[in-house]
Amino acid sequence: MLAYLVKRVFQAIAVMLVISLVGFAIQDNLGDPLRELVGQSVSEEVRQELRDELGLNDSFLKQYTRFLGNALQGDLGTSYFFKEPALDVILKKLPATLELVLGATLIIVGLSVPLGVYTAIKPNTILSRLIMGISIVGISIPVFLTAILMIFVFSVEFGWLPSYGRGDVVTVFGHWDTNFATLDGWAHILLPSLALASIMLPLFVRLIRAEMMEVLQSEYVKYAKAKGIRPFRIYFVHALKNTLLPVITVGGVQIGTMVAYTILTETVFQWPGMGFMFLEAVNRVDTPLIVAYLIVVGFIFVLTNTVVDLIYGLVNPTVNLARMGA
Amino acid sequence: MSMTTTAVEASRWSRMWNSNMGYSFRRNPVAVVSLAIFAFITVMSLLAPLIAPFDPYDPAQIDIMNSEYPPVWVDGADAQFMFGTDDQGRDLWSTILYGTRLSLLIGLCAVALQAFLGISIGLIAGYVGGRLDSLLMRMADIQLSFSTLMVAIIFLAVTQAMFGSETFNQYAVYFLIAVIGVAEWPQYARTVRATVLAEKKKEYVDSARVLGFGPLRIMVRHILPNSLSPIFVISTVQVANAIISEASLSFLGLGMPPSQPSLGSLISSGFDYIFSGSWWITAIPGVVLVVLVLVINLLGDWMRDVLNPKLYKG
Repeated sequence: MLAYLVKRVFQAIAVMLVISLVGFAIQDNLGDPLRELVGQSVSEEVRQELRDELGLNDSFLKQYTRFLGNALQGDLGTSYFFKEPALDVILKKLPATLELVLGATLIIVGLSVPLGVYTAIKPNTILSRLIMGISIVGISIPVFLTAILMIFVFSVEFGWLPSYGRGDVVTVFGHWDTNFATLDGWAHILLPSLALASIMLPLFVRLIRAEMMEVLQSEYVKYAKAKGIRPFRIYFVHALKNTLLPVITVGGVQIGTMVAYTILTETVFQWPGMGFMFLEAVNRVDTPLIVAYLIVVGFIFVLTNTVVDLIYGLVNPTVNLARMGA
Repeated sequence: MSMTTTAVEASRWSRMWNSNMGYSFRRNPVAVVSLAIFAFITVMSLLAPLIAPFDPYDPAQIDIMNSEYPPVWVDGADAQFMFGTDDQGRDLWSTILYGTRLSLLIGLCAVALQAFLGISIGLIAGYVGGRLDSLLMRMADIQLSFSTLMVAIIFLAVTQAMFGSETFNQYAVYFLIAVIGVAEWPQYARTVRATVLAEKKKEYVDSARVLGFGPLRIMVRHILPNSLSPIFVISTVQVANAIISEASLSFLGLGMPPSQPSLGSLISSGFDYIFSGSWWITAIPGVVLVVLVLVINLLGDWMRDVLNPKLYKG
């Protein structure tokens, strides 16, 4: 296990190094930091002097090492637009995005387990067919279209729920703004989380259903039935436990994917999170912010994947670690 | 058409018709209807220049005074625009035809690129094995752990910022195909590798080797045809996903420009007008997009059930 852990961590570090290299290449080629610093009205000599002073004439390797050193200390440059450290700007937007992901995750977990289990134990009822039918339609609707549809129905037509922004947020733990403390906050987060959940929910219902159907065929479930254990207990205690393992692996990876989809939901709902900020940064060619976003998001992906792999190796006794860590 | 070719085609057709797959297809109304709708959309979009009453790329035919006419079944419509007009005064029906063409083109080309990369890498990894195999599969794992959409968004955003939007818009089709095509290769590579590993041990491969055929010939002519069914199943799902990815990227303004809209960019331009009541600019292309993706997904589901029930795992 220890060897596997070490290998997995080394791989994560290698991937982060590649991401930082990409980030540095972007920073090196996109935009001109001098122009952002002093504008157009400075003579060429002064420019060259400044370039030397800022180290922009150093070799690639030297500049990259410096970039990496700064990044390790949490310094990812200063945003041109906000005139603040880029990492601070992103960390201020992070709670909004993470709460959106949390909201969507709650909806997915709350709905996919009962729906998946039901469609697995009663595959031929009308309700099951309806659920499976809706799930394939759900997979086929892009997340931004679901979001627009929800705005149109619940905000424009009925006027029940707000269509943009976060509403009343309450600051907790010093820095974290939360939507879950006020009724207005709940009203604002409901539609965006539903839209974000809509793309993943069908996937999980189908996954849980497929795994569950396989488990229900196994000997131990038949034995439990023969023994006379109540069906509810067989389904939700004995069978579900073995269903959840693949669900956890897929789920962990999907958390990273959801961060990508937040860009779409945040754009439609003008949700002041990281994704919305990133698109604004792109329009303003705010290079340090773009690079910082790349590194933060890359880190989220690498972290979730590594943790999920480790948990999987830890939880599943049938996984041959020697083979997996090869 | 000469007699011989029709005869050959007929026999091939009847072979397909009488095969297991043909039988299950005829017995499955959902698959039949899905294929019919897919064929209809494809033919309509291919014939767009012939059917479309207007040319949405021709500025001379666009009049801003015509903008935001509703579809003909709503009050205040103009009879010459069946589905109304968009915010720039373009006929929505013509624009949708051309847009569907672009969406399909990008989706199919991107998947062709994925398939080419993935199948080549999968064949090599599975056939050669050893260190190369574990290196390639480790790369596939890493590539797969990053969401395609995320990679595409960052790549396109940086490209757009680097080249400026004018140059970017000119080559947007190629950028989209390239990024969606490259980001998803592991899907194919993993499956192909798995089938190659299973096929490699069989006797026909040994006999081909004994006959003195080279590795390339054995891989492409002998092993590949035996791994086709999972490739078909993946391809349908991948086309649906590629079309959704393209639409999402265009919606974010990182894909096709409004002057040459795909379905996604059309929906995006309509979104700005949804609060003023012009729902059709978003809704009609949206319905076309969803129907297109849905029928492909339904076909994929049917194919997965027929060809490989074991793959039924989402």
